Amino acid sequence: MDMLVSLVPLLPLLGFLIIGLNSRRLSHGVTVAVACGSVLAAFVIAVVLFCQLSSLPADARFISVTVFNWISAGSFSASLGFLVDPLSALMLLIITGVGFLIHLYSVGYMHDDEGFNRFFSYLNLFVFFMLLLVMGSNYLVMFVGWEGVGLCSYLLIGFWFKNRDYTNAANKAFIMNRIGDLGLLLGVILIFVHFGSIQYNEVLAKATTIDKGTLTLITMLLFVGAMGKSAQIPLYTWLPDAMAGPTPVSALIHAATMVTAGIYMIARNNVLYTLSEPTQHVIMIVGLATALFAATIALVQNDIKKVLAYSTVSQLGLMFLALGLGAYTSGIFHMATHAFFKALLFLGAGSVIHALQGEQDIRNMGGLRKHLPITSVTFFIAVLAISGIFPFAGFFSKDEILAAAYAQDKVVWAIALFASLLTSFYMFRLFFLTFSGKVRASEHTMHHIHESPKSMTLPLVVLAVLSVAGGFMGVPEALHGSHWLNGFLAPVFAPSASLAHHAEHLSHSTEYMLMGVVTVLTLVMIAIAYVQYVSKNQVPAAEGVSTSPFHRLLYNKYYVDELYDAIIVKPLFWLSVQFDAIIERLGIDNLVNTFGSSVVWGSRAARRLQTGSIGFYIFVMVISIMVLLATAFVL
Amino acid sequence: MVPIEYYLWLSAVLFTIGVLGVLYRRNAIIIFMCIELMLNAVNLVMVAFSNYLNDSSGQVFVFFIMAVAAAEVAVGLAILVVMYRNTKTTDIDILNQLKW
Amino acid sequence: MTLNLFYFLSFLAVLSALLVVFSKNPVHSVLYLIITFFSIGGHYLLLNAEFLFVVHIIVYAGAIMVLFLYVIMLLNLNRESEPHKSNLVKVAATISAGLLLIILVGSLKGAESMMQVENSSIGYVKSLGKVLFNEFMLPFEITSVLLLAAMVGAVMLGKSEKRSVN
Repeated sequence: MDMLVSLVPLLPLLGFLIIGLNSRRLSHGVTVAVACGSVLAAFVIAVVLFCQLSSLPADARFISVTVFNWISAGSFSASLGFLVDPLSALMLLIITGVGFLIHLYSVGYMHDDEGFNRFFSYLNLFVFFMLLLVMGSNYLVMFVGWEGVGLCSYLLIGFWFKNRDYTNAANKAFIMNRIGDLGLLLGVILIFVHFGSIQYNEVLAKATTIDKGTLTLITMLLFVGAMGKSAQIPLYTWLPDAMAGPTPVSALIHAATMVTAGIYMIARNNVLYTLSEPTQHVIMIVGLATALFAATIALVQNDIKKVLAYSTVSQLGLMFLALGLGAYTSGIFHMATHAFFKALLFLGAGSVIHALQGEQDIRNMGGLRKHLPITSVTFFIAVLAISGIFPFAGFFSKDEILAAAYAQDKVVWAIALFASLLTSFYMFRLFFLTFSGKVRASEHTMHHIHESPKSMTLPLVVLAVLSVAGGFMGVPEALHGSHWLNGFLAPVFAPSASLAHHAEHLSHSTEYMLMGVVTVLTLVMIAIAYVQYVSKNQVPAAEGVSTSPFHRLLYNKYYVDELYDAIIVKPLFWLSVQFDAIIERLGIDNLVNTFGSSVVWGSRAARRLQTGSIGFYIFVMVISIMVLLATAFVL
Repeated sequence: MVPIEYYLWLSAVLFTIGVLGVLYRRNAIIIFMCIELMLNAVNLVMVAFSNYLNDSSGQVFVFFIMAVAAAEVAVGLAILVVMYRNTKTTDIDILNQLKW
Repeated sequence: MTLNLFYFLSFLAVLSALLVVFSKNPVHSVLYLIITFFSIGGHYLLLNAEFLFVVHIIVYAGAIMVLFLYVIMLLNLNRESEPHKSNLVKVAATISAGLLLIILVGSLKGAESMMQVENSSIGYVKSLGKVLFNEFMLPFEITSVLLLAAMVGAVMLGKSEKRSVN
């Protein structure tokens, strides 16, 4: 059993090492076998662990493995340990399952790329680090995984490293992640200082004994880390730029797994957050604001991947909203369903891009439904899921979040509802502009168009099935379901449940009313989108055409990037130029050169001692003897 | 009868005169002879101590010093002869090539 | 009586040493050095080191000084005609020598006085030979090698380089 648990992260690591060290020699077939095989094997083991876990009673539903004692310094000790409990088991399934599908997809997508082997080695490395993150039994292992996925994100976003813009985007992602990581690290240090340990079980058990002010500070710092990793305001601008990476990367990292690390961390520390109400309010507000903000930007974007990127930011905002409201299970539920349909959306977009030989602007697409049937159908399913149409996956998860919002604050509910409606609008806008209506792509592109190969369409189909059926793991009681997920995750969130004050339960009739309202309004939005983009055949304005100021504001992402550039980036560059000129050139260079020139000066002076005249030498010898004798005997 | 300090002072004076000669004269052969004088001063001290401490190692050591001095004189004078052959002088101010 | 002998011999030694340094003719220097050696040999006798006295006379006065004389005659340095060192150098030499003497004497400060041992027999040939051939066997043998090396070196150095190309 212990071996199995350790094997889960070990297999992708071995895959990375094998492929990475031999990337010039291996043929595509071997790489694919090793990479996909390792992740598939990890998935199989994850399933076994999951079954094992389900059979355990609720209060002992975890498997804890310590591989070795890593650091032992004074009062601080940390081990490399793994903890498989319901939360991490769920994440394991998602990571390895969706990860395997994306590996499979990449076989077709990256087929012609010269960096094929390198890509798969990076993908395996990413899976390894992500598994470390969710399986760690203490904050240190999680932090290692946290940093590692940031690194892999950088490697994969800048995969086509010969393009300067792409590498800049990779830099931006890494640096913004690092800013968040500083908060996370400070939080972990504070945890150690106040709790005396960094093992989850020890920390979470002692949470009630620590004073609230400290807890608030710790949770705020941890949330800063989550803000960076999961792209919330203000550290979100890296995610749209990260679309510079290949589409499988966007699907894996920026939809299904890495960006959910923040959600996972907060869910893991749910006890700490339940005890710090100020932080919960902050999370709620930040999540809500991000959800609305990103949704408005997505309304007018014309790059197929950028729309999906902003959609991801917005959905993450909804997840954080759920966590801020204390509805931890709902947040995790939405994270799981989002993984399915967002990955599907990205992979579908990748299929379209692949079919159109690299075209990403939706103004140049249209009418692709006939030419790309499988892609079109699966994409449609994903769009239905994300819009929250019954009975697709998104409906159940989103509905739970909205219900929790309604139970706490009607204004919050209203804003969240508005963001969801915007979501359905722009997603259908995307679908209609891409797949319906008249063909707007060039003759040359349409000449070469073809449906993607099996390796790419098979994952699409599997994910479509999951998007349809995934919601059924959390059917609420109002609809006569047993909400299996709630029961499964109960041991993880039980401490929070006992501490939370407001556990208002909405009556079933209220729930029905909410569901009804949401569904009706969503259908209205879909109708508006249909009218606009299919009946009226409206196409978004091309570049350079003047539009209303409001439109420009949204199109330019509220000028946030420019703002950051002016406030932060340029002053830092100026500062470093100053440092270079003053401290580096005048100070350190001078100091080092002085050492060198003093040696030369010293040797020139010493050279004059060697006159060659024997008398002088003897004279010096006598003087030296005198000095020696004087110091030794007389003094 | 004769306290040992007397021998020590005598030997110190002889040694100093040897040093004086080395620093004072320019002829290489005279310098050599003054070096012999210094060696002899040391020999004197060794024998004196050997007698006063009743230990024969001092005298044995003098024996060896004499052997070494003889060898040194032989080789040193040979070098001097060679140098004279090449430069026709034994003045050490002119033989100042002992440098790079 | 011994004390008077000691004074006489020391006076002789110091005087001839000074004359070695300050005489102009190199041959005179050699002769004065021989007198110095004899007086030091006298000191050896006073110290009951008979063997060393004999060896001292034979090796130093008999061999080394003769060698010096040979070389001086070979180089024809009979007349001392080279210019002396500048006065500054002479003064500096004298001062440094004087300082050295002061330091040497000063380093003996605080040493306790010892008296001569009566009737010591360590200087006799037999006892010295016993020590030499028992404890100091290795240095003895190596000294012979050293003398061989010196001999070979001197001969090699002294060879004239008349052997030109055939």
